[in-house]
Amino acid sequence: MRGLDPQAALKDMLLAGLVALGLFAPLVGLRTDVAPTGALFIRTRWTDVAIIVGLVMAGRLAMHIFLARREARAAMADLSKPGRFATQAAWLARILGPVLLGVALLLPAIPGVGRYELDLGILVLTYIMLGWGLNIVVGLAGLLDLGYVAFYAVGAYSYALLAQYFGFSFWLCLPLAGILSAFWGILLGFPVLRLRGDYLAIVTLAFGEIIRIVLLNWVSLTGGSNGISGIPRPSFFGLPFSMEGGPGTFAGFFGIEPSPVHRVIFLYYLILALAMLTNWVSVRLRRQPLGRAWEAMREDEIACRSLGINIRNTKLSAFMIGAMFGGFAGAFFATRQGFISPESFTFIESAIILAIVVLGGLGSQIGVAIAAIVMIGGFELFRDLEEWRMLVFGAAMVLIMVWRPRGLVGSRQPTVVLRERRRIGSEHVAEGRG
Amino acid sequence: MTMLHLDNVTAGYGAVQALKGVTIEVHPGEIVTLIGANGAGKSTLLMTLCGDPRARSGRISFEGRDITQMPTHEIMQLGLAQAPEGRRIFPRMTVRENLLIGAQVAGHDPGPELERVFAIFPRLHERQAQRGGTLSGGEQQMLAIGRALMSRPRLLLLDEPSLGLAPLIVRMIFDTIRRLNAEEGLTVLLVEQNANQALRLAHRGYVLVTGQITMAGTGAELLARPEVREAYLGGH
Repeated sequence: MRGLDPQAALKDMLLAGLVALGLFAPLVGLRTDVAPTGALFIRTRWTDVAIIVGLVMAGRLAMHIFLARREARAAMADLSKPGRFATQAAWLARILGPVLLGVALLLPAIPGVGRYELDLGILVLTYIMLGWGLNIVVGLAGLLDLGYVAFYAVGAYSYALLAQYFGFSFWLCLPLAGILSAFWGILLGFPVLRLRGDYLAIVTLAFGEIIRIVLLNWVSLTGGSNGISGIPRPSFFGLPFSMEGGPGTFAGFFGIEPSPVHRVIFLYYLILALAMLTNWVSVRLRRQPLGRAWEAMREDEIACRSLGINIRNTKLSAFMIGAMFGGFAGAFFATRQGFISPESFTFIESAIILAIVVLGGLGSQIGVAIAAIVMIGGFELFRDLEEWRMLVFGAAMVLIMVWRPRGLVGSRQPTVVLRERRRIGSEHVAEGRG
Repeated sequence: MTMLHLDNVTAGYGAVQALKGVTIEVHPGEIVTLIGANGAGKSTLLMTLCGDPRARSGRISFEGRDITQMPTHEIMQLGLAQAPEGRRIFPRMTVRENLLIGAQVAGHDPGPELERVFAIFPRLHERQAQRGGTLSGGEQQMLAIGRALMSRPRLLLLDEPSLGLAPLIVRMIFDTIRRLNAEEGLTVLLVEQNANQALRLAHRGYVLVTGQITMAGTGAELLARPEVREAYLGGH
């Protein structure tokens, strides 16, 4: 254990101050201004420099104190018991899951929830679903996938093209989009079977870009950058949502006043159901031999092989099932938007989904949901900040990773339990594995 | 009939030839040990007979079947199991989950096997809800062996089970191996640097030096050989 060493901390603080001084003296201290005569002159702002350097030094010292305290606490913690945070997280997860689900189910009925809130809810749920889908690949199987958006795009375009060329309905296209995406998942899986970690990340990143660029350039099929518009909206199991309210429509069938909100509410419940399906399948699979093999593969591939686990099939199945849920989400996205173009499937989407999974705590279902709410909701909340939004966001992510290096809910519920469920905090598990 | 037969096997990694024509035999019901210094090719031999890396020449057969070119996961389904070097347990999964993965390949109901492993290593029973990574070194070794036993193998491959463990724990683990062999007829191929204890435990032994078998004989014979005493037992 290493407590706070005042001398070293002081030295480090001074050094940080010196670096800050070197950086900010020319950047902030000197400023060229235009004099009334039109000539340039240099204005010095040494007080500003002093303030910045002071802040840097204070921040550095605070960081040292914080780290030293955390270390001291960690050293004192009893290893046989989960850490304070893990206990809290366990309690939170037990309570929070049902509460969140309840709120989600009742959201359209809550007074004051209008179209805007429902649209935001749909967006958040889409990302929760994508996060859960990617969680299978990254969180459970430990395969770092930076191109997940490719499967989202395949799903969206599958529906759009099948509907456009063959007039298939949404309900027929939804499983087809999932199957096609799963197929592309396997196709990506084959060449990367032997890759791990950084190498795998690079290839999946490239794969994501390839799909997008093909969609962009195959103008005769996909319309290129113009995208595909007029994608049919979903019907309520055959009953279309229409403003006329005739006998064959949703409003007419149930004898209610036609309203554009009906479709939004329907879409909301549709994505909620799809997301819950993703969650249910992930949770179920985790207790099955296949899910256990995924996790074992994440932990130690060589050990898996020595136990007779077929690594090839295990990897491909993770890519396949993860991609399938991406495809479902894509088909939903297409029907909700009514218009898609390659613009919607850029790398930043993959990055956001991955950030949700990592911030939520790899492998944690509730963590992913919270992270998606925080991230996507946060994006909306900080809309007024405009270009500062990304800065605030970056800072928030850095802070979360400093504070909780294994994500918000960095502990994993054992899937096999004896009598009582016991949680093991991530703080007791070696860092940087898998 | 021989259970496991390596006939003039060569193997290696890249340009490095780690095994230069190794021939060994393991008969049913035996404990056979393979001793040798660091880098002699002991672990490579165990890995090669599991198909990773693949043998470059020679022939490997298990219970009469040629497994030289068989995929690793298929070899592991034939009735042999390995507790690999460095234990390689799954640190973030519980003890029980670790064990269940061991049974996965066999495809049978893991319940009775779990009971059996818990009876052999009561310590694992106490810790079954704990994560593998939080176990002590000795417990992790028990877990690695227990995990290998979950598929109810006829041949158990052990790669340096004594590595980094306290003498008392080593004795306990070796006693367990002896008991499994005597009571259940489990055949064991044991790779060890701890030559003294390994040769005392084993019926027969081989000495591997830079990829070649230089000596073979019963455990007692090898223990008595001056060359073995000189090289592996510190000369006393």
